[in-house]
Amino acid sequence: MQNMGIEVVFKGNNFIRLLEGLWVTLRIALIAMMLSILLGFFLGMIMNVRNKGIRAVCRIYLEIVRIMPQLVLLFLVYFGAAKHMGINLSGENVAIIVFTFWGTAEMGDLVRSALIAIPKHQYESGYALGMTKLQVYLYIILPQTFRRLLPSAISLLTRMIKTTSLVVLIGVVEMVKVGKQIIDASRYTSPKAALWVYGMIFLLYFFICFPFSRLSAMLERRFSNGFQKK
Amino acid sequence: MDINFIREQLPLYVEAAKLTVYIAVIGIILAILAGLLCGMIRYFRIPVLKQITACYIELSRNTPLLIQLFFLYFGLPKLGIVLSSESCAVIGLTFLGGSYMAEVFRSGLDNVSPAQTEAALALGMKKSQVFYYIILPQAVSNSIPAFCANIIFLIKETSVFSVVALADLMFVAKDLIGIYYKTDEALFLLVMAYLILLLPVSLLCSLVERRIRYAEYGN
Repeated sequence: MQNMGIEVVFKGNNFIRLLEGLWVTLRIALIAMMLSILLGFFLGMIMNVRNKGIRAVCRIYLEIVRIMPQLVLLFLVYFGAAKHMGINLSGENVAIIVFTFWGTAEMGDLVRSALIAIPKHQYESGYALGMTKLQVYLYIILPQTFRRLLPSAISLLTRMIKTTSLVVLIGVVEMVKVGKQIIDASRYTSPKAALWVYGMIFLLYFFICFPFSRLSAMLERRFSNGFQKK
Repeated sequence: MDINFIREQLPLYVEAAKLTVYIAVIGIILAILAGLLCGMIRYFRIPVLKQITACYIELSRNTPLLIQLFFLYFGLPKLGIVLSSESCAVIGLTFLGGSYMAEVFRSGLDNVSPAQTEAALALGMKKSQVFYYIILPQAVSNSIPAFCANIIFLIKETSVFSVVALADLMFVAKDLIGIYYKTDEALFLLVMAYLILLLPVSLLCSLVERRIRYAEYGN
């Protein structure tokens, strides 16, 4: 085994280029995640409103996001926006919009269930102390939901990172695309490049997501022990 | 919206949807089997196999299906393993789904309280009896909600199969947009196709979940 072919991954600035490609997807995931957390908190609070109409609208929104594959949503915005609004959104912006749309729904549902899980007496004691509704939410309820939300929010982030790999299909130049370029460029010098490049991309995704999912599992265990006083 | 165009292209979508369903059904059944196997290995803590399944589960849960498919379809042929599009898709779905299902089954089994086992043993049941009559039924009902969520997740994941040159719904839609620039019609049919595929599954799942909750809490 003289020529394994793995050198192609590290030749020249190939590896740096792959990492740059990874950063493109990570950036999309991080921006979308931050927006989703912000909007998700609002959605979560709105979903607990007693008004039936608002609840139905939220429910439909959630179901649409749950049912439609993310790739279909990407296609809808990417091709639909170009044709109807005449605006030529770049693939990256489309991805941020779609993943925020998706993440907000998921996050909203998490916030909703975290809010329900807060015992009623927490609200009532707040009001009894003469706090306004805003103060009760800001100082009493939201801080308590953070702890419950953290593990599931982190696992949503890993899902987001994994799902952003789809953006290559709407023409964003990210890691897979760069990988393809490297494979094409070295077709003759190292014919086995595909194996190593895709293998490396696989591992890079793993090394990004693995720490997050470990962290999420660890936090979940710790918080659940804290709550149940085992 | 061009109704005639939609009517003309409908058969293409029906074919594509059939293919999606076909791959999804085989993939999900295999994933459930793989998940059962891995879940059991993890639950009974069988040495060596336990570590191997743990590695597999982490590896498959922390990488996107798209990348797994790329590796299977473009990477492996360089090692002399050439897979057809269909088998790539099925293997990919099984590889991904197996780990998710394994986690569902394992946590379902783990969440049966130890008091149940102890009570059953105290009543003089054999270990196998305890497992079949006490633990298994509760574990099944524990894992139904997550199981349903995973089925829907896996069906949604089938949308990436166009990258391994499988003529699925996404592939057809992209083709129609590329050839005729009939974006609206193509996207409309695409959304409808996924709605028709997934809405019944989703409704069925919430029905089953409600029934399970009724069995547990009576409300």
